[in-house]
Parts: sequence; C-alpha cells; structure tokens
Amino acid sequence: MTAPGRKQWGYTVLAIFFLAIMLFPVYWMINASLQPNGTTLETSWLPLKPDFTGYATAISEQGGNLVTSLVISLGSVVLSLAIAAPAAYALAYFKVKGAGVVLFAILISQMIPGIVVANALYTAYNDLGLLNSIPGLILADSAHGIPFAILIIRAFMNGMPASVIEAARVDGAGHLRAFWSIVVPLSRNSLITAGLFTFLFTWSDFLFALTLTTTETVRPVTLGIFQYIGAYVNDWSSVMATAVLASIPAIILLVAAQKYIAAGTTGGAVK
Amino acid sequence: MSLTTDLSQAKSRASQRTKARAKSGSENTPSGEARPSRRNRKRRERLFQWLFLVPAVTYMALFFGYPVVKNIVMSFQDYTTATFFTGEAPWVGLANYAKVLSSSLFSTSLVNTALFTLGSILGQFVIGLALAIFFQRKFPLNGILRSLLLLPWLLPLIVSSAVWRWILDKDSGALNRFLGELHIVNTGVPWLTSTSLALIAVVGVNIWIGIPFNLTILYGGLQEIPDELYEAGSLDGATGWKAFRHITWPMLRPVVSVVLVLGVVYTLKVLDIILGLTNGGPANSTQTIATQSYDLSFHEFKFGEGAALGNVLVVISLVFAVLYLRASRRSVDE
Repeated sequence: MTAPGRKQWGYTVLAIFFLAIMLFPVYWMINASLQPNGTTLETSWLPLKPDFTGYATAISEQGGNLVTSLVISLGSVVLSLAIAAPAAYALAYFKVKGAGVVLFAILISQMIPGIVVANALYTAYNDLGLLNSIPGLILADSAHGIPFAILIIRAFMNGMPASVIEAARVDGAGHLRAFWSIVVPLSRNSLITAGLFTFLFTWSDFLFALTLTTTETVRPVTLGIFQYIGAYVNDWSSVMATAVLASIPAIILLVAAQKYIAAGTTGGAVK
Repeated sequence: MSLTTDLSQAKSRASQRTKARAKSGSENTPSGEARPSRRNRKRRERLFQWLFLVPAVTYMALFFGYPVVKNIVMSFQDYTTATFFTGEAPWVGLANYAKVLSSSLFSTSLVNTALFTLGSILGQFVIGLALAIFFQRKFPLNGILRSLLLLPWLLPLIVSSAVWRWILDKDSGALNRFLGELHIVNTGVPWLTSTSLALIAVVGVNIWIGIPFNLTILYGGLQEIPDELYEAGSLDGATGWKAFRHITWPMLRPVVSVVLVLGVVYTLKVLDIILGLTNGGPANSTQTIATQSYDLSFHEFKFGEGAALGNVLVVISLVFAVLYLRASRRSVDE
C-alpha cells in the first residue's frame, strides 16, 4: 500500500461533495430542530444559537408516542425472531417437503401491497377488537419483519456446517435442544441483523399505524409526525425535533451495525 | 442468492448427508426392507421438522394469505361501514370493479402511478449506478462515506416526507430560498401545491430515497466483476466508456434486472411518501392507485371498492413479480 496521492484525495473531496448534497435534508432536519420556534419565518442556514425548545415540545407532545413505538418495535422483534428463526432453520437444514412452497410464498408476500393487507386486517381487527391495541400492531408490523428475517437467517444457516448439528444429534440431543443450544448461538450475528432490521421496519411503519389505529390511545410516533404535518404547520422546529428523535434507531443501526448492513441489504433485496 | 441456488445447495447437502450415513453404515438398511418401527420413527422425525415451520406458516397464512383472499371476497361485496353494524355485505358481482375502473379518477391514478414509478426508477437507477461506479475507485474514507450515504434509505419514510415538505415549502422552504439567493427564481415556487409541479417534486423525493438502495446493490454487483476482465480489456484498448459498454454493463445485467424489477414492485405500493408530502393532492395530481385505494377504504369507507382497486394493484405487481422471478432465475443460470 502506498500513501494515497493527490488524485485519490481529490476523489475523497468529490465524494464528500456528493455526500453533502445527499445528506442536506438530514442536516436541514437537525438544523431546523435547533432553531428557536415560532415567529421567525426564515430558518437560518446554521444553528448558531442552538435552542432546545423544539425538543422540549417534541418530548412533551410526542414522548408518549415514542414510547409506544419503542414497545411495539421491541415486541415485533421478539415475535419475529421467535417465529422466523425456527422456520429459517427448518428451511436451511431439513429437507422438508413443501419447503419450496414456503419459500415461494415468502417471496410473493413481499410483493403484496401493504394497503391490501391493511384493508383486510382492518375489518378483521374490528371484529376481533384488535384495533387501537399494541398487540394488534405488533402482529401486523411483524408482517414486514418475519419474511425478511426468515430469508436473512436462512441465508446464514445455509453456510453452517451440518456436521456440527449432526454431532449434537448423535450425542442424543433432541431437535429442540440442538436448535436452542447449537444453532441459535452459532447464528447470533444473523439473528442480530434480522432483529435490528425488524426493529427499524416496525419503528418506521406508517401504514398500519395509520389504518389500524383510530383513536389516540395507541399512537406510534410516525403517525404523530403525520398529524403534525397534516395540520397547518407553524412550528417546524418541534416537528423537526420529533423527526430527529424518530431517526435515532436508523442512526444507531448505521453506526452500530455497520458490518451487518451490507449483508442485510443484499440478503433482503436479492432474495 | 436466490431461491434456485439455495434449493440446489440444500439438495446437495442433503445428499451428502445420506452418503455420509451410508458410509458409516450404522443405521443404513436398503429402503425396500425398511421395518415399520423405522418408518414410524421417520414419520415422527418429519413431524418434528414440520413443527419448526408451523408458526411461520400459520403467521404467513393469517397475515398474507387471509388478507389476499379476504380482499378478493370483499371486492365482490358492497362492504361499507354499515357492514360493521349489520354484518351484511351484499354480493354485487363485478360492480365494484366496474365502478372503480370506469371512474375518471382511475385513469388519473393509473397515469400518475406509471409516471411516478418510471420516473423514480429511472432517477434512482442512473444516479445509483453513477455513484456505484464512482465509489469503485480507491480513495481515502471511501467506506465511511459510502455507508453514510445509506442514511436516507434507513430513515423512516414519514420522517423524510416531513423534512422534504419543509424544504419544498413555497414561502420559507430551503430550496426556494437557495434558488432565490442565486437569483434563479424571484418568487417562491409552489413545489407541492401546484398541480403541474407536485408529481415532479414527489418523484424527486422518491429518487432521493431510492438512491442508497440502488447504490448498495449495484456496488455489490460491480465488486463481483473480476479485475482480470478489465485488465484484458485495457490491453485491447477498452477503457472508460468502452470498458463500461463491453465489460461492466453485460456483466452487471443480472443484478440490474433484479434491481429494476424489485424497484418497480416496491415503488408501485409506495404510500407513505405521497401521503406525507401531498396527501394525493393538489386536485389529485399526485394520486396513485395505492393512495386512491387507501382513500376509498379509509376515508370514504367503501371497503369493497378499495379492495377492488387494491387487487388491481396486486395484479400489476404480480406481472412484475413474474418478471423478477424469471430474471433472478436467469441470473443464477448464467
């Protein structure tokens, strides 16, 4: 490796320029969230006098919604992994009859528009009394996470040496034991990836929040933001402060799970 | 990484396993002489294996299978708010479809959906590919800068909508102020409130959201192309544009088809961005099939008509899904 030459640094400058254009909206969100609210019509280009009233308003008005989103997202992660991990194992390791059909169904399910699912779920939820409930939203939101998690975890388990599991089986471990004490620990990384993405999907869900809640009792933050911007907005700093708070999971995912993202993106996309 | 490869991998692994078992010879009996107890054990084994799949299959049936079937049934019924009280949803045959498809709004939505999808995909793909090629160069901080570019894709869509709504605001939005300071425009451009500009603005925002996805997948595809090809190409004088046309593009084709078709299927069902930016307005100028289906069901409470329109969207998506499956199979065979 030689030290990067001037030409290489030139590319870096160019890349930073592209990045600056692409990330301007993110900068603008943070900038606007730090401006004093209310009367000023023009937001200044730089937050020279950072003001946190926007955040105070955001937390007092949307804090409960943020907690609701957090509860739903965590619930969805637990449910999705509990359902997806055994299925992924079965699809990767056993030669189950009908596995092809299950995989095909997962593939096709990704193409069904959310509005079609919401339309049917609304009427069913209405009958079952699941509208405006956290379990109802956890169940619905897992529709983003479960198929994705199955594909990600299975792709990983495909590469797991069969001999390890076989050894455990020979030693007399039942299927459940082998799964729980061998397969799950070995697949930790793929479970984390799937869990992080499921969290992000659920946290970002807007459609089910919009259609399956009708009162203020259960209100995820995405719907809170929608209602903020739906009314005539005169307090953008609070809206942007809420937007920043709602972006935190994405930022954490980007920073903490850097090496898993590429795997997740391609695994999820080129299914 | 597709269905077919994985299945063939699974098959070959399974056959290895049986071979290994045959070698060890411990419990290998010719299949013709299988004893009943062994057959029972095998059946029990099968049952256990299925138990791992049962929760997932049940979930998929309830949250994908049921909605699809229910939507088909509802689309033939006069299903309204009254149904919730009376429990009655009279059969109306094809009336919902006739009504939805013949309404003037449908042609508007169909054209908007086509423009929205085509414009978004074209913009995302071209810019994504250009950036992917750019980031193939080796330069300091490449990895960090490339991963920071993912951020627009990871943000909740409604957050992006809110931010863009503020940037595109006619009076105090950052874009108009920027253009004003450069003296490109004198008065505020009504990006989201003019019937002629709103769709363009919405497409622009959706392009911004889709660039990271395209960049990531295409960059991955580019990495797979062996360097030797370019070395050999450069000996034959194929550099720059020529190398792209004769080496990069043909080698990238399978990934390209997957990106494009997935992009189409995802873009067709976009709802968050449009509802967040314009709510379908002004005067339906950004209304798509997805938003119109939402409107019919959840604003007008004509669930039957909403279901009919939703099914139209499913059929359109399925056409592309078939294309996708064929594309991904070809990409494996090649």
